[in-house]
Amino acid sequence: MNAKLIFILLWLPVTSLAQGFAGLGSGAEGFKLPETNPTFQFPSDDGSHPDFRIEWWYLTANLQGSDGQDYGLQWTLFRTALAPKDYEGWSSPQLWMGHAAVTTPDAHFVAERLARGGIGQAGVTADPFEAWIDEWIFSGPDSGAVLRAAGPNFAYDMSMYAIGPRVFHGTAGYSLKSAEGQASYYFSQPFYKIEGTLQLPLGDVYVTGDAWLDREWSSKPLGSDQTGWDWFSLSFDDGSKLMGFLLRGDSVFTQATLIDEEGATVAYSDGAFTAEPIKQSQVAGRDVPTTWRVLLPDAGIDIVVTALNTQSWMDTSVPYWEGPVRVTGSHTGIGYLEMTGYE
Amino acid sequence: MIAVTFAALWGHWWRSPLQLFTLLAGLALATALWSGVQAINAEARASYDAASATLGEAQFDRLVHRDGLPIGQDTYVRLRRGGWLVSPVIEGRIGDVRFIGLDPLTAPGGMAPIGLINMNDLQGFISADGRIIAAPDVLLDGVKFDPAIAPGTAIADVGTVQVLLGRRAEFDALVVRSEQPLGQASLEDIAPELTRRVAQSGSDIGRLTNSFHLNLSAFGLLSFAVGIFIVQGAIGLAFEQRRGTVQTLRTLGVPMQFLVLLIVVELLWLALIAGLIGVGLGYLIAAFLMPDVSATLRGLYGADVVGTLKLRLIWLASGMAISIFGTVLAASTALWKLSRMPLNVGAQPRAISVIAGRGEKAQVAASAVLLLVAFVLGLTADEILTGFVLLGALLIGAALGLPTVLRVLLDGVAQYSRGVIASWFWADTRQQLPGLSLALMALMLAMATNVGVSTMVSSFRLTFVAFLDQRLSSELYVTAEGPEQAAYMVDFMTPQVDAVLPIMSAQVQISGRPTDVFGARDHTTYRDNWTFLTAGLTPWEDVHTDAAVLISEQLARSADLQVGDVVNIGQQPLKIAGVYADYGNPIGQAIIAESLFKTLFPNVLALRFGLRLPLEDVDAFVEGLKSEAGLPASSVVNQASIKAYSLAIFDRTFTVTAALNILTLSVAGFAILMSLLTLTAMRVPQLAPAWAMGLTRWKLGLLELFRTVMLALLTGVIALPLGLALAWVLLAVVNVAAFGWRLPMFLFPWDYAQLGALAILAAGLAALWPAMQLVRMPPADLLKVFSNER
Repeated sequence: MNAKLIFILLWLPVTSLAQGFAGLGSGAEGFKLPETNPTFQFPSDDGSHPDFRIEWWYLTANLQGSDGQDYGLQWTLFRTALAPKDYEGWSSPQLWMGHAAVTTPDAHFVAERLARGGIGQAGVTADPFEAWIDEWIFSGPDSGAVLRAAGPNFAYDMSMYAIGPRVFHGTAGYSLKSAEGQASYYFSQPFYKIEGTLQLPLGDVYVTGDAWLDREWSSKPLGSDQTGWDWFSLSFDDGSKLMGFLLRGDSVFTQATLIDEEGATVAYSDGAFTAEPIKQSQVAGRDVPTTWRVLLPDAGIDIVVTALNTQSWMDTSVPYWEGPVRVTGSHTGIGYLEMTGYE
Repeated sequence: MIAVTFAALWGHWWRSPLQLFTLLAGLALATALWSGVQAINAEARASYDAASATLGEAQFDRLVHRDGLPIGQDTYVRLRRGGWLVSPVIEGRIGDVRFIGLDPLTAPGGMAPIGLINMNDLQGFISADGRIIAAPDVLLDGVKFDPAIAPGTAIADVGTVQVLLGRRAEFDALVVRSEQPLGQASLEDIAPELTRRVAQSGSDIGRLTNSFHLNLSAFGLLSFAVGIFIVQGAIGLAFEQRRGTVQTLRTLGVPMQFLVLLIVVELLWLALIAGLIGVGLGYLIAAFLMPDVSATLRGLYGADVVGTLKLRLIWLASGMAISIFGTVLAASTALWKLSRMPLNVGAQPRAISVIAGRGEKAQVAASAVLLLVAFVLGLTADEILTGFVLLGALLIGAALGLPTVLRVLLDGVAQYSRGVIASWFWADTRQQLPGLSLALMALMLAMATNVGVSTMVSSFRLTFVAFLDQRLSSELYVTAEGPEQAAYMVDFMTPQVDAVLPIMSAQVQISGRPTDVFGARDHTTYRDNWTFLTAGLTPWEDVHTDAAVLISEQLARSADLQVGDVVNIGQQPLKIAGVYADYGNPIGQAIIAESLFKTLFPNVLALRFGLRLPLEDVDAFVEGLKSEAGLPASSVVNQASIKAYSLAIFDRTFTVTAALNILTLSVAGFAILMSLLTLTAMRVPQLAPAWAMGLTRWKLGLLELFRTVMLALLTGVIALPLGLALAWVLLAVVNVAAFGWRLPMFLFPWDYAQLGALAILAAGLAALWPAMQLVRMPPADLLKVFSNER
């Protein structure tokens, strides 16, 4: 879902909204840029790419509790580099940020962590795979991974395994982000089965469900006029999945990937996928669309996407909306929605 | 009508510009005194705020090494990965500059200085050649200045400071965020060598310097009281002198309410002008005293206060407020009296005296109640607030009682006076008392304040000198740079001196209180020099033979421990053998035997040593240390030089105190001058008959002068016990409540005599001018009294 959230870039000197959301549209001097027709190497491409300015490991999960209630979960690690280098010690230019959240129909718990690279407080190793910041951890292979995070008022301890392959967005993982050619490397693992325990103020809840990992890295993913995006990762009851986003700028730029239950993909270029807000909600003192009509006519998709909890607000260094959704219409299912740039 | 009436009222000031001057000057002086003290306090506080914000000590708990050693970077990462939201701090001095290193990404909000919150600076701050942000007084090239940083301090990224101090991969402390995640591992499991130090309600520095500030705050409060009296006097005077004008205007048909309104407007204008002048004067006073205050604090506690002033809104506002508030307070009584003044009664001094007599009963009753409250609180008060209530009750009660006490004394003297002139003099003095009583109250409060503050400061000095003698009993102190050098030094020094006394300490918890524990060698130095507040018969012997412990007064008070109680250091139970004074230390202290210390803290090595040797050998030995052992001069401290330095600091404190003493007394003297000026004019009808009966003007003038000096003397005699009571409250109630230790009180008769002389001098100077006026008064004026209907 998300070629997004390089919020860390907020810290960079060039940052301002005139440079696109959270500085994502700013320059990439000295950093590598994504190239067309990439070949990915695994497991090394599960690890970090310090030559690129921004990168993330972004996991969301739709969960059902033993109490019969729906839940959502987020575990995200962002990397940003002040320079295209990596070395030991405090002078490492690599910076890390973690976001964790648990959403219930009437509550949304958030925590954030920041860390410097070079001292072992945060990082990602490819083999064996481990992504961590402080005590938060996402580690292990697709066949058996663990995921943990905690905040002052919530925690979770989950285990996961994948039942399908990685899928690559855009052209074999080269994902366009604007008409001017901004792009990122972007692949997902949308086939995780997940189970574990949520620790919430009202008590522990055993949950099971589906998780979706997005891996993305780039150095200049947004056009300078692009100020926000709306990102959908949806799992339909028939086993197919849809990733679709629209980037809001002087004009709207959209991309989508339809994934069948075996992991085969069809990529859709700008304009095929559309999403229109149907209903706004007052969230953190601003209007945010929390019900959408989503169309992909080429695939016969005409659905309404509704937030499980309209107040899924990430009150972090750079605030945004991220939460579980329900799907009705031509297809039914569940999913996650991310919306940024709503000032 | 408004313009005409106002012109008539205002015309009064044109006719007597001197009175306008006294009113304005009185208000301005009172405001100046108040705002001057406030300015100094506000400035110093702002500096501490910056200091404590820099270190976050006030808000956040910290993890420190149990044995005072550095914390390894690996320990920090282990803690973070165990769910501990902590942030590293490293600190050290390079030359005069104190460097603090922190990690802006993990530092809790409110810890890093404000300038850092601007994330645009982040890249420059944390990059390899990290930017340094410093207080404006730091003399470094290429740094960014930020006034929010404590004076003398520079802040940089933790990595940058590690490199600057040559201390790679280590920290001094870890700041603990107030919100921690669920499921955090226990500290004992991750880093058993660390201990959690609870956030202090004020920083270390703040707590220490607060004891000095209390001094100044008390002075501010008291000067406020003196100020109120002088404003009251000035306003009362202005009203008294304009009774005639008011009466004429009323007779002409101007409604009373309208007159009152006009007077209020006029007074507010005057208060505004006088307030501005006063704040300006206060600024000058503060600017003049600030370098001394700054030096005092720096030397006493090592807290840096910038020795310059900024115009701060808080004391500007408070200065204006006291001017206006004082005016309103003083004018309300005067206006009330004015509005009740019968249309056809003239202003007669005798009338004032009689009316005053009626009010006296209520005043005495109020005084008695307040003094009773003060007495009860004196026995029971144990909080700062009650301590200050006690101060207030004591001062106001005493002030209200003063006129009655003086009257009773005068009545007594009058009974025994022989001769016509003497009888007339005493009777006349008694009659003048109501008119002078406000000014005398101001004088008494000023005098008592000075006695109290002088006693406090001087007691502090005596105690501190004795304390220095106890603590700095060795002739020389040397510091090694590391364990190897320490071992070499001990070998080198031992044959040359009488004794080498290692100084080693570790931080522990005793009864839940953070405490520095010291290991002491069994040596006569300690037995000869240490005094105890309470102790068994042989405290040092108990320490060395029976594994006993000596604890500081602060620890004893805060944990409610007594001699004979048993406390634990780690797993070791220790019986308390004595309690000693440890002035100014915000945390507890304890002393155990060197052998026991080495068992409990095997990793702590002594790097500092006290050396005992004959005084005459000191210079030669120091020379030898430098030339033969190659120890830098900065590692050797001569005990005599520390003491001399400490005393020099105190002398600076005295400069400030003395300057404030003279100022308060001048203000009180000014109040007397104004009261006398009023009375002089009114008293002509009473003096004229005495003159007519043969008393020369010279003699009358001398009697006036004598009267004032005598009243000042009586007031001073009453002020002395009041001042001592004040000092007692400050030392034994407020200080204990604020800092947990009691300052012993000493008496300084010579100082009091000097203060008394100053007070009398102020009164005498104030009386001189009115007396001279009387001496120079043309006989025609005196004669006029007899031709006048009055």
